Amino acid sequence: MKLTWYDKVFKPKTYTLSNGKEVKQRASRTPIVLVVVLLVTIISFEVTGVDLSLLRTRGHQFFVILLAMFPPNADFFSSIWGPLFDTIQMSLLGSILGAVLAIPLALLSSSNIIRNVFINGLFKFFLSVLRTLPTIVMALIATFLFGLGTMAGTVAIFLFTLSYIGKLMYEHIENVDMGAFEAHESMGLTKVEAFRYAIVPEILPTYLSVSLYAFEGNIRHASILGYVGAGGVGLLLDERLSWRDYPSVGMVLLTLMLVVFVIERISEYFRMKLT
Amino acid sequence: MNESIQLQLEKAPNRKAYLSTIALILLALLVWSVYGVNLSGFDQRGTQIASNIIRGIINPDLDFLFNLTSAGVPYLLFETMAIAFLGTIFGSFLAIPISFLMSPSVVSAPVAYVTRLIVIFIRTIPSLVYGLMFIRVSGPGPYAGVLTMSLTSIGMISRLYVDVIENLDRGVLEAMTSMGCTTFEKIRYGILPQLFSSFLSTTIYRYDMNLRDASILGLVGAGGIGAPLIFAMNSYRWSEVGSILIGLVVLILIVELFSNRLRSRLVKG
Repeated sequence: MKLTWYDKVFKPKTYTLSNGKEVKQRASRTPIVLVVVLLVTIISFEVTGVDLSLLRTRGHQFFVILLAMFPPNADFFSSIWGPLFDTIQMSLLGSILGAVLAIPLALLSSSNIIRNVFINGLFKFFLSVLRTLPTIVMALIATFLFGLGTMAGTVAIFLFTLSYIGKLMYEHIENVDMGAFEAHESMGLTKVEAFRYAIVPEILPTYLSVSLYAFEGNIRHASILGYVGAGGVGLLLDERLSWRDYPSVGMVLLTLMLVVFVIERISEYFRMKLT
Repeated sequence: MNESIQLQLEKAPNRKAYLSTIALILLALLVWSVYGVNLSGFDQRGTQIASNIIRGIINPDLDFLFNLTSAGVPYLLFETMAIAFLGTIFGSFLAIPISFLMSPSVVSAPVAYVTRLIVIFIRTIPSLVYGLMFIRVSGPGPYAGVLTMSLTSIGMISRLYVDVIENLDRGVLEAMTSMGCTTFEKIRYGILPQLFSSFLSTTIYRYDMNLRDASILGLVGAGGIGAPLIFAMNSYRWSEVGSILIGLVVLILIVELFSNRLRSRLVKG
């Protein structure tokens, strides 16, 4: 058993078995983890000024806006259609483009397909950095570049999808069993053919299911992009919220929920079929 | 030999019609969405701003980046981390009862279905709307951010918790019953050890995501690094934007590295 610094401070327990052999059990790590978590929690309470008693005294304020949304303003429904379709179109286009472009990037990042550490590292780093930027920040930058409107939102969703699918796919491709690929090659198939018949069937279901999942999430993301002027239903939400027209906000949210629910059902059905 | 292979091959269901229908639908959707998005390229102004942004990121405001007072990037990042941390802790505790109510093997099917529906509704409301609601409770600031994070984390965490609960190894429980263990012992030694590491792994993963999302909350004044970032962008101070983005990217990369290590150790046991 390897002793780490922790085991030197907290001595492991020693048991003597009936045959005279000694076994050591490491002291539990749980106490120190708990102490660290507790410390970080206390520090976080200090930094953020969280005061739980405020929840009891003023917690009801949370429901003021929520209750004001009922009953939702059904007449507003006619003005929701346009922006809602914008949102769906934005996420659809962004997701499809992102998913398609993610394939070459994922291949370039996988060390078992492209055997070049430098290229792999470069593309992996690129995908990681892209993933760290929050979608809304990308959307904001895109509105500066492309002007206000759906184009900016599409670009933000495209970049997010690219990084998300790209990362998941290269992780999956790197775990593919290369034995089948080698077998195909040794049977005389070219590299491309071997890839087509050995690797593609392995990764295709995952790829499709990840893409569907990304699209599902993107609809949700896209609904807030309007806040920075990147088009879609968020624009409407922002406008109505600042006018304090809460019944209309309620209607927007209700419609959004229904749409997200339906899309989630469809995508879940296909993802179940894929696995 | 060859004949039997041929026969087997012909037995495979013909899915061409099905697949081409789906392809056609996808294509139609794609065309529809290209039609809907008003595609536009860079204009003169866009190219200039792009070069400004790149210049700002290459020449970040170093004073701002290494300023250790409460107005500098390190403190703002620290505050963002604290918001995400507390939000994740609260969210994961709230998610535990909800996830039990959501799993069909614990409660009856209708209860599970209704809870699932409620969680979908909670998840769909954008975090910014929650932010506005919570600002009424706590006033603008990081506290509102913590409350928002706790509520928005519930959806994903409970969904992943449910998977863990559904995949519990029931054999262990049966073995313990046959050994005559009490209910408390069964929970303590049979269920908790199975759940604990997976729950923890999910929570750590969610912390990663919350750290990223916490930067959005600044938009509605709920604390964190988002507000300074967006102010700097709207007033075209690109070198400040550069230093915030560099700080954010480095922080998230480091946290991701740590959390991946931790999670792989948790999975291995």
